Amino acid sequence: MKDFMLIFTNGSSSGQLSPEEMQDNMQQWFAWIEKLKASNTYISGEALLPEGKTVKGPKGVVTDGPFAESKELVGGYFIVRAASIEEAAEIAKDCPDLALNGNVEIREVMKFDNM
Amino acid sequence: MSSSPSSPQQIVDHLFRHESGKMIAVLTRIFGMHNLSLAEDVVQEAFLKAVQTWAFDKVPDNPSAWLMTVARNKALDIIRRQQHFQHLSGELTYHLQHTTESAVRQLFLDTEITDSQLRMIFACCHPALKEEDQIALTLKTVSGFNAAEIARALVTNEAVVQKRLYRARQFIKDHDIQLEIPSGWELAPRLQTVYTVLYLLFNEGYNSLKADELIREDLCMEAMRLCLLLTAHKVGKQPATFALLSLMCFQASRFDSRVDENNAIVLLQHQDRNTWNHDLINLGYRYLSQSSQGDLLTIYHIESAIAAEHCLAASFEDTNWRRMLQLYDLLLQEKPMPVVYLNRAIVLSQLGHKNEAIKEISTIPGIEKLLHSHYIYSAVLGDLYLQNGDIAEACKYLTQAQHLTVSLAEQQLIREKLQRIR
Repeated sequence: MKDFMLIFTNGSSSGQLSPEEMQDNMQQWFAWIEKLKASNTYISGEALLPEGKTVKGPKGVVTDGPFAESKELVGGYFIVRAASIEEAAEIAKDCPDLALNGNVEIREVMKFDNM
Repeated sequence: MSSSPSSPQQIVDHLFRHESGKMIAVLTRIFGMHNLSLAEDVVQEAFLKAVQTWAFDKVPDNPSAWLMTVARNKALDIIRRQQHFQHLSGELTYHLQHTTESAVRQLFLDTEITDSQLRMIFACCHPALKEEDQIALTLKTVSGFNAAEIARALVTNEAVVQKRLYRARQFIKDHDIQLEIPSGWELAPRLQTVYTVLYLLFNEGYNSLKADELIREDLCMEAMRLCLLLTAHKVGKQPATFALLSLMCFQASRFDSRVDENNAIVLLQHQDRNTWNHDLINLGYRYLSQSSQGDLLTIYHIESAIAAEHCLAASFEDTNWRRMLQLYDLLLQEKPMPVVYLNRAIVLSQLGHKNEAIKEISTIPGIEKLLHSHYIYSAVLGDLYLQNGDIAEACKYLTQAQHLTVSLAEQQLIREKLQRIR
C-alpha cells in the first residue's frame, strides 16, 4: 500500500452558499471521513486557514496570501492509503466539494526506503 | 478526530440556518443596520471556519456557543482595526477600547441575543416596506435563507427575489432604519405588521402545492419558530401572538395528511384524522388558552378557534357546523374578505343551506373577477352546484377551475370530479 495526499482546492471556501447548504456540505464531509476511517483508508488530515504569506526569491520578499489567485485556495489535505494512484483517484471522487466546483489534487507521497 | 468510528458526527438540523439569524441580528446591532452586509460576511466566515474545523477535527460540545464566540471575536477584530485613537493618550485609548469591548461582549449574552433578533424582525417587517419585500428580507436576514432558497419557497425566480432584497435594503439605508423595539403607541401597529408577515409566511408554505415539499415545510417551520421567538420576549408576549402560534400549530398538525403517497390532494373530509399530529394539536390548545388573557379578540383568535373546531371533531360529519357559522360571522366582522365569505358559504352548505351558500358566493364583492382569476372560487361554486344536482353549472365552473389552477394535484382532483359526473 502507498500513501497519497489529497489536496482540496476551491471548495466550500468559495462561493455564496446558504447556511443550510454549508451545513449539508459539512455533514457530507463528516460522512465521507467516517467512511474512509471505517475502511482504514484515512491516515490524517488538516484544514488550512485562508490567510497566509508567501516568501519569494533570493531577496525573500514576503507577500500576503499563499496563492496567486484566490480561486486556487487550498482548503486542506488528507493523507490516505491506497494500492495505486488510480485507487486514490477513485477515493477522491467522493469528495463533497466536487459538487461545488472544487478540485482534488492527488499526489503520491515519496517513500525513500524504496529508492 | 475523536468521534466514535461507528457513527458520523451529527449536528441539529437547520443549526446553521437558525444561528445565522441570531448572529446577523447581534452583529448588526454592533455594526449598525447600514452595515448589514458586513454582518453577513462575518457570519459567512464563521460558518466557513466551522465547516473546516468541525469536519477535520470534531464538533464542539456546544456548536451554537462556538459559532457565537467566533462571530464575537471577528467583531472585536474589526472594531480594533477600525479604531484609530492615535490622537488620544494611551490611557484614554485603553479606556475607550475596554468600554467598547465590554459593550460588544454584553450584546452576545443570551438575553440580548433574543432582544436583537426581535429588533431585526421589527426592522425587516417595517410597515413602509412592501409586503413581498418584508417577506424576502425576513427570510434572508432572520431565517438565513439565500435568494435561491427564497425563490424556491415562494415559487418565483431568483432575479425577482434579488430585486426585492435590493429594494428593501436600499429603503433601510435611505431611511436610516434602526434596529429598535418600538415602544408606546407605536408598538401595537408594528406588531400587527409582524403578525401579518408571519401569517403570510406560514400560508405560503402551507397552501402552495406547487413548491417542492421540503422547502414548503421549512417555511411553515420558520414562521412557527419566529412566532415562538416573539412569545419569548416581554414585548412580543401578547395574547395575539399566542393566538397566531396556536393557529399555526393546528394547521401544521394536518400538514402530512393533506397529500397521499401519489402527491394527490386529500380533502379534509377524507383525511385520516389519526394521522394528524396530536402533539401539535395539544400545543395548539395550550397556546390558544394562553391567548385568552385580556379582552382583545383578534382575527388570529377567531381563525385559531375555527382550526381548533376541526381538530376537535372526531370526523368531518361530527364537525360542529353551527359553531363554525358563528365563528365565521365573527370573522367576517373583523375581516370582510372574499376568502372568508367563501369559507362561510361552505359552512352554510354543510348545514344544508345549499342555495343560500351559492347565493352567498355570487354576491361576494368583485366575484366575477375572482371567478376568472382564482381557481378556488370556481372550484367551490362548481362543487356546490354539483351537490345541488345542477350538473351543467357544476361542469362549467369545475372546468374553469381546472384551467385556472397551476397545481397539478388540484388539476387532478378536479379532473376526477368531472369524470365522475360526465
